[in-house]
Amino acid sequence: MSAMSKKRLATVWLDGCSGCHMSFLDMDERLLTVAGMADLVYSPLVDAKEFPEGVDVALVEGAVSSEEDLHKIKLVRSRTKTLVSLGDCAVTANVPGMRNPFGVKAVCDRAYRENVTFDPGIPNQVVPALLPNSRPIHEFVNVDVFVPGCPPSADTIYYVVTELLEGRQPDVSARTRFGS
Amino acid sequence: MSPVGAVKTLKIDGRDLSGRQEETILDVARQNGIFLPRLCEMDGLSDVGACRLCLVEIKGQNKLLPACVTVVEEGMEVTTDSERLLNYRRMILELLLTERNHVCSVCVSNGHCELQMLAQRLGITHVHFPYRFPKEEVDASHERFVIDHNRCILCTRCVRVCDEIEGAHTWDIMGRGIDAKVITDLNEPWGSSETCTSCGKCVHVCPTGALFEKGRSVAEMLKRRQFLPYLTMMREENE
Repeated sequence: MSAMSKKRLATVWLDGCSGCHMSFLDMDERLLTVAGMADLVYSPLVDAKEFPEGVDVALVEGAVSSEEDLHKIKLVRSRTKTLVSLGDCAVTANVPGMRNPFGVKAVCDRAYRENVTFDPGIPNQVVPALLPNSRPIHEFVNVDVFVPGCPPSADTIYYVVTELLEGRQPDVSARTRFGS
Repeated sequence: MSPVGAVKTLKIDGRDLSGRQEETILDVARQNGIFLPRLCEMDGLSDVGACRLCLVEIKGQNKLLPACVTVVEEGMEVTTDSERLLNYRRMILELLLTERNHVCSVCVSNGHCELQMLAQRLGITHVHFPYRFPKEEVDASHERFVIDHNRCILCTRCVRVCDEIEGAHTWDIMGRGIDAKVITDLNEPWGSSETCTSCGKCVHVCPTGALFEKGRSVAEMLKRRQFLPYLTMMREENE
């Protein structure tokens, strides 16, 4: 396979624990197979600083929780052919969404005032502002493939990635579920 | 009226089947290995037709009917698995998943939950409705058990088992519609209930992680359901 015909793969980390990325790495030697099929053009695992144009498949971990997440997911959507909502945080908001019933103010007070001894105060620069709720990706942009699981297993991720890179639509319902 | 035990013949999904006249469509389907999803129905408890997951089509009727409370009739032609029914069932499950906070990954019943298993069986990989993220209470005032309203789907199995089998009627439903919730006594903390016998039957019939034993962590709450048909059978024999 020539370099020109290789697909362009990306992975994105929004509000999640990185467990889906750990599961991605758990593909172990099968990562070499994936590397033979696609270039990893953007990921927390590589150096690229900006999400590039013309991505074929993007795996997105995590819920949309901050203004930065919202900005990123819109950019990812606009530059990606097949967007995969990877893991329960991306698909359901999962654990990041557990803050939602309490409201941003109560959550920030808890994190930055009540449990802090040195210079308590809510940051207003560098750290992106939280959205009112942490929500699943598909409530903001169109998602092409949903892969629930916390995290989805390496086997599931390998199946999804290779199917998509070979131009097929994966059916994950028998392989993974919410909370698996 | 025909005598008790008279046999009715009917078709389910094109198969010629028969059932006793007092049996429901769900009874006959189950006896013949035909799968119908349900979350409120439970062998050994009265039927309420609350979850609507076992809705079936009956030829000649526009209305969909819940198989758990519809008794068989001579010549009935029942469909259990049309695309239309499957769509409604998925919709019901998605509404249940968005109505409260079902966070499977951190739930005591992860891997043993009837709601979670049904969602997977019906091919649900995401929901089409916006999540509500309501603020729900957790009452851990009981010495041995906890009620987590985040996971409750209002199936009323706890209410029925407490009333019909234990005879305590500690549980009931308060409020209407989206505000409905299960309560102990007159909406008092479970721990100070004067009627609760602490038998734990409610915990073990609960299809989700709404009712669980204290000390159980994520995925550790296994429910034992076998006692219920056994208790019912023994009581009937003694009557």
